Amino acid sequence: MADKNYIISREDWSLHRKGELDQQRHREKVREAIKKNLADIITEESIIMSDGKKVTRVPIRSLEEYRFRHNYRNQKHVGSGKGGSKVGDVIGSAPSAGGPGKGRGAGNEPGVDYYEAEVSMEELSEMVFENLKLPDLKDRQSKKMASETIEFRDIRKKSLQGNIDRKRTLLEVLKRNARDGNPGVHGIKPEDIRYKTWDTTYKYESAAVVIAMLDTSGSMGPFEKYIARSFFFWMVQFLRSKYQQVDMVFLAHHTEAKEVSEEEFFTKGESGGTRCSSVYELALKLIEKRYNPSDYNIYAFHFTDGDNLSSDNERCVRLVKKLLSYCNLVGYGEIEGPYYYASTLKNAYKIIDDPKFTVVSIRDKNGVYPALKAFFSDKREDGTVG
Amino acid sequence: MNSELKQLEKSIEKIVDIARGFGLDFYPMRFEICPAEIIYTFGAYGMPARFTHWSFGKAYHKLKMQYDFNLSRIYEMVINSNPCYAFLLEGNSLVQNKLVIAHVIAHCDFFKNNAWFRNTNRNMLESMSIAAQRFRSYELRYGREKVEHFLDAALALMQHINPHYTVKGSGPQVKNCCHKPETPYDDLWEMDKKKGCSCGIGCHSKINRFPGKPERDLMLFLMQHARELEEWQRDIISVLRDEMLYFWPQMQTKIMNEGWASYWHVRIMRELDLDESETVEFAKMHGGVIQPSSKSINPYYLGLKIFEDIEKRWDKPTREEKEKYDRRGGEGREKIFEVRSNDNDVSFIRNYLTKELAEKLDLYLFRKVGNDYKITDTDYIKVKEGLIKNLTNCGVPYIVVEDGDYKKRGELYLKHRYEGLELDVVHLEKTLPHVYLIWGRPVHLETKMDEKPVLFSYDGESILKKFL
Repeated sequence: MADKNYIISREDWSLHRKGELDQQRHREKVREAIKKNLADIITEESIIMSDGKKVTRVPIRSLEEYRFRHNYRNQKHVGSGKGGSKVGDVIGSAPSAGGPGKGRGAGNEPGVDYYEAEVSMEELSEMVFENLKLPDLKDRQSKKMASETIEFRDIRKKSLQGNIDRKRTLLEVLKRNARDGNPGVHGIKPEDIRYKTWDTTYKYESAAVVIAMLDTSGSMGPFEKYIARSFFFWMVQFLRSKYQQVDMVFLAHHTEAKEVSEEEFFTKGESGGTRCSSVYELALKLIEKRYNPSDYNIYAFHFTDGDNLSSDNERCVRLVKKLLSYCNLVGYGEIEGPYYYASTLKNAYKIIDDPKFTVVSIRDKNGVYPALKAFFSDKREDGTVG
Repeated sequence: MNSELKQLEKSIEKIVDIARGFGLDFYPMRFEICPAEIIYTFGAYGMPARFTHWSFGKAYHKLKMQYDFNLSRIYEMVINSNPCYAFLLEGNSLVQNKLVIAHVIAHCDFFKNNAWFRNTNRNMLESMSIAAQRFRSYELRYGREKVEHFLDAALALMQHINPHYTVKGSGPQVKNCCHKPETPYDDLWEMDKKKGCSCGIGCHSKINRFPGKPERDLMLFLMQHARELEEWQRDIISVLRDEMLYFWPQMQTKIMNEGWASYWHVRIMRELDLDESETVEFAKMHGGVIQPSSKSINPYYLGLKIFEDIEKRWDKPTREEKEKYDRRGGEGREKIFEVRSNDNDVSFIRNYLTKELAEKLDLYLFRKVGNDYKITDTDYIKVKEGLIKNLTNCGVPYIVVEDGDYKKRGELYLKHRYEGLELDVVHLEKTLPHVYLIWGRPVHLETKMDEKPVLFSYDGESILKKFL
């Protein structure tokens, strides 16, 4: 043809990785942003209430691309209906999660308030736990033998095709060729092939139990409970990364203590005064009955606003000391709510001098992360976090 | 060349012939079949071979995910260039490719003939790729973090240009005094003269204002007058501004351009001999492309409908139109070619969206009330006004440099030309620091909230809001 002014072609694009590279940079920035705001992010409701879902969305305000733009919320947009649309018709409601679908560009989409990045719980936990350690305590647990497991630790000449050990096979080729006076990797022969083979072994399981104790007296409001909930959520996540099995028991108390379900624990409010010793007594009873310290690593944490009957304080100190003899860690967290006043219980605990005992006070949501760090660190400082 | 490619080449030949027969006028075409990753990369960056920035990575990730989850599909990507590059998605069926090729050729005709594209750089691919290399060298020399940080700021302001400066002789007034530069080198000779009236000739009129007229091209103003910038930073602003000037006509003619391409892919496909199953596949795809949306304007749909309506009204004018406008009839094709040459979206809607059509398409205005989207207007005039309002300045707030020497302290005073749409305060407060980073001194932005003038200021540390 005379003036063929078109060309069709197909090239090899396999080395073109621009999009991936910038995506990687974006992910790096997401990680940086999360790390910078961990204290804020880890108390996000979407995470705490997620029941340990695999992937979670966290708001990352710093990665929004800010520019001068109109307020989409107040702006009127144009749409087209199927006919007969009237003023006042509702054409949809705002999506609760996820951004607008397709169509980037100016002015067409009702905007999202901030950018949400998806992170896997695993990734997020990794960042949270980076600075957390199990306190280096004496290991007094006799280990329980549990499940059978397999381990690859033998090499044989015959086995299943799927288990070829490439490295060792190539080494054999190298050796044989060198022996034959023609070194190099060439001509793999059946006798060179090596297989990985497994042995059956036994895996030792360790178990932990978290004894979560919460003051549910009148002075503990939804804010205080949310703080406690956030704390326990991450504590369990963390312990799960260290132990195969983590149990949790929930003990609620006001002047009396009882074991409750998780849901009750975080939602039910009671009224009345506070007697903290009741819950310690119950915890000790449980340890005796169900969680033998020789089988379990025991972590006991108590959250309260510190408003305890002063006559009870002395008894509390005695019981906490007893708890300490059974537990890996005993924590006491005081949440400084709006009605907070210089507590007497925290003062009373000042006389306990044991590296396994930690006292923290939490003032707001951002205090949860420092509290976690105070509990789970090697250094046993005085532990007060503000 | 394999058989699939050969078959495709045959189809292209046929389509090109048909398109020419219809009078479409386009650049030489370069088709390239690409895997999804590549098409989506181009989609995210707006162009192949653009500079790197994490925000493109973010966009790529989003697009790619929608593709992976089968939520959306980009069939093609076409570049306004000469020759015209068009990228086809690997895995398109032959019918899909035929439609896409017809569509893309019509886009190219639009690029070549629409007046708003007249001054676009048709070698933009090369320009962008050279700029990308320069940016890369800046990263090596000044550090990635530093370049990235500056790009963050420049990208945030990128949309604030004056697209009309591409028209010759319409540039900004650089000098604000009686003395007009006689040669382009005047500023060079005057570099070591005393400051004051910058011309140094001793003007009679004193400079009262800087800039002389409020300047709409914020990017240009920053590039020329921000004092603390290094050469590489000026270069980045200049490159981004050129890119925006290149993209602007596309943003400005989205509805027309997609409408035009859809109009022609239908007509061209009708000329091809499709068998039954191919026809069904074509109809399905076409139906998907022009599906109207209840919560936004589908430019393919609206554009196509308006073009078809124009054609009809000029082909078979009513008696009134005949008498009032002297329309002879039978001029439909001619008319739509004229419209594609002269209009942009705003004038297209203003001139050709009729009451009858708006009602037929059931267009309405809606807004968020509580958690619901509610229809607020169906009246033709209001809907049309609302649509034009959203399209004006491509939906970007109209902001001008009011004073480049505010309070005689070299501070920058910007003014939002409020026309009923308020600014997003969260974004505003986060964008001012970007302006500060470039300007290097305190920056101010005047706008209106609740119909009252308000001034936002940023001094490098905190935002101050003050009602005027």
